Amino acid sequence: MPAVTETRETVEKLAKSSYEWGFETDIEMDIAPKGLNEETVRLISARKEEPEWMLEWRLKAFRMWLEMKEPEWAKVSHPPIDYQDAHYFAQPKKKPGPKSLDEVDPELLKTYAKLGIPLHEQALLAGVEGAEEQKRMPVAVDAVFDSVSVATTFRKTLEEAGVIFCPISEAIREHSDLVKQYLGSVVPAGDNFFAALNSAVFTDGSFVYVPKGVRCPMELSTYFRINARNTGQFERTLIIVEERASVSYLEGCTAPQRDENQLHAAVVELIAMDDASIKYSTVQNWYPGDDEGRGGIYNFVTKRGACRGVRSKISWTQVETGSSITWKYPSCVLAGEGSVGEFYSVAVTNNHQQADTGTKMIHLAPNTRSTIIAKTISAGKSDSTYRGLVRMQPKARNARNFTQCDSLLIGDQCGAHTVPYIESRNMTARIEHEATTSKISEDQLFYCRSRGLSEEDAVGLIVNGFCREVLKELPMEFAVEAQKLLQISLEGSVG
Amino acid sequence: MNVATTVQTSPGLEAFVGRSAGQGTALSAMGIPTRRVEAWRYTPLRAFADTVWAEAPALSDAQAQTVLAGLPLPEAGSCVVFANGRRVEALSSLSDSIVSTAAEAEDPLEDRFSAVLNAALVQDGLSVRIPAGTDAGMLALVSLTVGENISTHLRHRIVLEEGASLTLFDVNAGEGRYVTNPRLDIVVGKGARLTHVKLQQDSLTAGHLAIVAASVDGNGNYDSFTLNNGSELARHEVVAKLTAAHAQVHVNGIQIVDGSRLNDLTSMIYHAAPDCGSRQTVKTVLSESGQGVFQGKILVDRIAQKTDGYQMNQALLLSEKAQINSKPELEIYADDVKCSHGATVGALDDEQLFYLRSRGIPEAEARDILVRAFLLDALDLVTDETLRDLLQGSIRA
Amino acid sequence: MSDFLKIQGLEARIDADGTPKEILKGIDLEIPKGEIHAIMGPNGSGKSTLSYVLSGREDYEVTSGSATFKGEDLLALEPEERAALGMFLAFQSPVELPGVNNANFLRTAVNAVRRARGEDELDAVAFLKAVRAETKRLSMSDEMLKRAVNVGFSGGEKKRNEVLQMRLLQPSFAILDETDSGLDIDALRIVADGVNSLRGPDFSALVITHHQRLLDYIVPDRVHVMAKGKIIYSGGPEVAKTLEKQGYTQFLEAAA
Repeated sequence: MPAVTETRETVEKLAKSSYEWGFETDIEMDIAPKGLNEETVRLISARKEEPEWMLEWRLKAFRMWLEMKEPEWAKVSHPPIDYQDAHYFAQPKKKPGPKSLDEVDPELLKTYAKLGIPLHEQALLAGVEGAEEQKRMPVAVDAVFDSVSVATTFRKTLEEAGVIFCPISEAIREHSDLVKQYLGSVVPAGDNFFAALNSAVFTDGSFVYVPKGVRCPMELSTYFRINARNTGQFERTLIIVEERASVSYLEGCTAPQRDENQLHAAVVELIAMDDASIKYSTVQNWYPGDDEGRGGIYNFVTKRGACRGVRSKISWTQVETGSSITWKYPSCVLAGEGSVGEFYSVAVTNNHQQADTGTKMIHLAPNTRSTIIAKTISAGKSDSTYRGLVRMQPKARNARNFTQCDSLLIGDQCGAHTVPYIESRNMTARIEHEATTSKISEDQLFYCRSRGLSEEDAVGLIVNGFCREVLKELPMEFAVEAQKLLQISLEGSVG
Repeated sequence: MNVATTVQTSPGLEAFVGRSAGQGTALSAMGIPTRRVEAWRYTPLRAFADTVWAEAPALSDAQAQTVLAGLPLPEAGSCVVFANGRRVEALSSLSDSIVSTAAEAEDPLEDRFSAVLNAALVQDGLSVRIPAGTDAGMLALVSLTVGENISTHLRHRIVLEEGASLTLFDVNAGEGRYVTNPRLDIVVGKGARLTHVKLQQDSLTAGHLAIVAASVDGNGNYDSFTLNNGSELARHEVVAKLTAAHAQVHVNGIQIVDGSRLNDLTSMIYHAAPDCGSRQTVKTVLSESGQGVFQGKILVDRIAQKTDGYQMNQALLLSEKAQINSKPELEIYADDVKCSHGATVGALDDEQLFYLRSRGIPEAEARDILVRAFLLDALDLVTDETLRDLLQGSIRA
Repeated sequence: MSDFLKIQGLEARIDADGTPKEILKGIDLEIPKGEIHAIMGPNGSGKSTLSYVLSGREDYEVTSGSATFKGEDLLALEPEERAALGMFLAFQSPVELPGVNNANFLRTAVNAVRRARGEDELDAVAFLKAVRAETKRLSMSDEMLKRAVNVGFSGGEKKRNEVLQMRLLQPSFAILDETDSGLDIDALRIVADGVNSLRGPDFSALVITHHQRLLDYIVPDRVHVMAKGKIIYSGGPEVAKTLEKQGYTQFLEAAA
């Protein structure tokens, strides 16, 4: 079964059962009153039964946040966000009788129906490419609704391998030393406005610890979902991979249609020790707003990985199709000698979506290498920006970077922008950067159509080809689904 | 990536503001940009903030003549010399095909510091037009500055009427510690062609803040090349607008940076009409603690369909302490376009170096050969052979 | 029978940098069911334009005349509708589709056409079986199915890939636009076999070529000579031989 389908079904089962039996002791406290102040922060910490140091950490972050201003440099615009007009804690309420997610959100069901049907055949066909040997492994799932982790599967199997995979709220209680040591060590609480906000009010997220020498026996997956109205989602993910260990982590997300804008300000921190490797894949499909640009998620996310150990490797792959605004720069700090950072990205915007996304590759150590492949597709009245930084610090002897940014425009009402920052302070470091912008080729469209493909299918096919270098970095079945998602996202963009 | 405009008080700024209309002007409102201002993130103007820059005193013709004698200038053609911000009639001569005009207001470019500073303190300048269909040949425009803690602010305007052509050799040189802040407005009419070759060879302790505003009409061509080869801190800034179909703009350049100097080439090429093309090749060679900056933006308006834009910037680092900061930028709102940019940063190729040395060429000479080879394809973009030779000769090894 | 493919007084032009350029200046042509016709003519005579206009390329503006295919107004149909109706254009320069897997492309096309014709779609297994039978016949390696469509293909591989598509889409009318250009003799034979294998009472084709060579392998029922946007002479297969020996001059003079 494909990863996302499996994830979804697992989540559905969990959703039904957890809504049945969960949280009864918290009924009175399931939604904090609107507004954000120190009391809110204390309440969240108390609800999570956190140790004192965690509360102090949050309060410090909150005080920093109060002093900070929203960043203005990104090429996005939106009405001012009223941070007092949202709930910062929304634990799922007990509802009469079980309720399936799909009942709540028929649009989502439709999307999955579109995703689901041809998967088997697609996979078989893709087998032509030699991927048929790839074994299906079970996927462990952590489901996070409204920033509250509702359940984590396969914990036993993982425990036997020594892998910790649990909600971060639990990790704060159960693995306090680990969390205390690493939380905020890659993205400090005061790193930026949204990271500070997250540090103060995050309610849950995933925690992964892979001990020395362990290859995580299965893919780990977190499924994020915003359900409640008027809530922000602030999840926090912390992944620590020790020497010679490795993990592949998948992140998927959805939110129901709402005509209000909802804020999602997550922080993800990755830490890789000597010879460790982390592969972090995201398929971001938050609700993008309607055709007129009403509603949708503001996706303001800070993701950063620290390659601390020698020869460590962190690889980000993202397929961004959702959200009304995306502001996100998954980055790598290459501190370990010979460490490797990768960023593979597809960002699709349609209708009134805005995306300002890219990466930072900070080369601190000798022989570090980074690769950036960013594909941007703009359609409708959307605007998409690649913004990236490659920095070679004085000690980055023989470091290498290769960057390729390609933008594709569909229609004459959209925009595509490329803003790379290239900085080198070491003469032996080498940087190569290439960027292109073009429209979808008439020749290619005609060729496909003369073979019987509709214009929409032809666009889908060509766009998927354009994104191939990135999609092939995704775990196999995630890739097949991402391809479908791309096509769905571009529906109505031609003709 | 933070941006915030902050007004800073500094003796330098206060002196500038005092010399202009005073408080409440665009200059006092803007202040000296800090590195938090996106356009100046790589080019700190701190060095200018502490000094009280006085108005430059007049230079005698003889003094001007002495400095002039050391400059590489073409033998034929028109020549206009400015010394310490004043035109030196004795050293200037214009051919009949270059007609003097009254200065005219252009786009104030009020978000660009060099333009705002110039507007506040402008002294003198050359205002000319080339009548329709006329080839005005070569015009050498020489700006000399000599003195300590002084500044000059010239403003020139060159208008090429329909089908006119001109080759402009724009030479900047001087002695001492000074700030020179020239603005050059260029209007290229329909089918007209301006070849603009600039040699920035200001004193190695000087500041050079130049801004060029060019607008190019249909089938017109603005072909520019800048050799940034002097100053402690120099920015050559170009704002070029393509206003009608089939206009062409080239903003090429070479920067040679050594010592602890900083050279900066910043450009904005604005495609405001369909079917236009722009080309840009900028190469920077950095040695010692030199810092190089390239910021090149191509902006394509929604109506500018069939735009063909290409940009390449390359940096060669020859020392452990050299630094390059580069920001090639595409901002595109039209779909039927072909735009691309490329950037490379690196050192000399060890294998090439070894190859040359294995053929008996001493290392220093081998390096020189490779550096010159690196610069060659940029230098080849200077279409005027006389000027290409002059530039090549003035590149310091 | 006679209303299989019928072109009457077809005139078309292209926008060449703002000025319209007339390319087809009144084409009359009928191709009955089951017949293979050839069009020969010098460079710039409008042969390729005719193939693009028939298959629905948007760059060309039809200013006058008509074309019907199986009784339908061909010129009113989208390219994919023409494909579904049974038309196939083998491109002179097949287009590269970077990143698009060839097998996936073929199957998407086959199923799009099957769907439009009311046939069941092929599942992956059935499709792979069908495609492997065809690649074997065309001496194509399986590896070509795994590569991106036409990307990095040699000239011969591209043309074979065109014929592979034709075999899989099973058109009732194929236009081969200089399919022989750039082919060595072995590849030429394989391509010709691919076309000949479709020959029958329900298959027609229009073979556009410079050279008589291809017509040794695909023997046409009729040969038309085209020049300056018009068909200036029509005859039997012997016309090709005459052209090969004597060139276009006599036809051009006769038409003048």
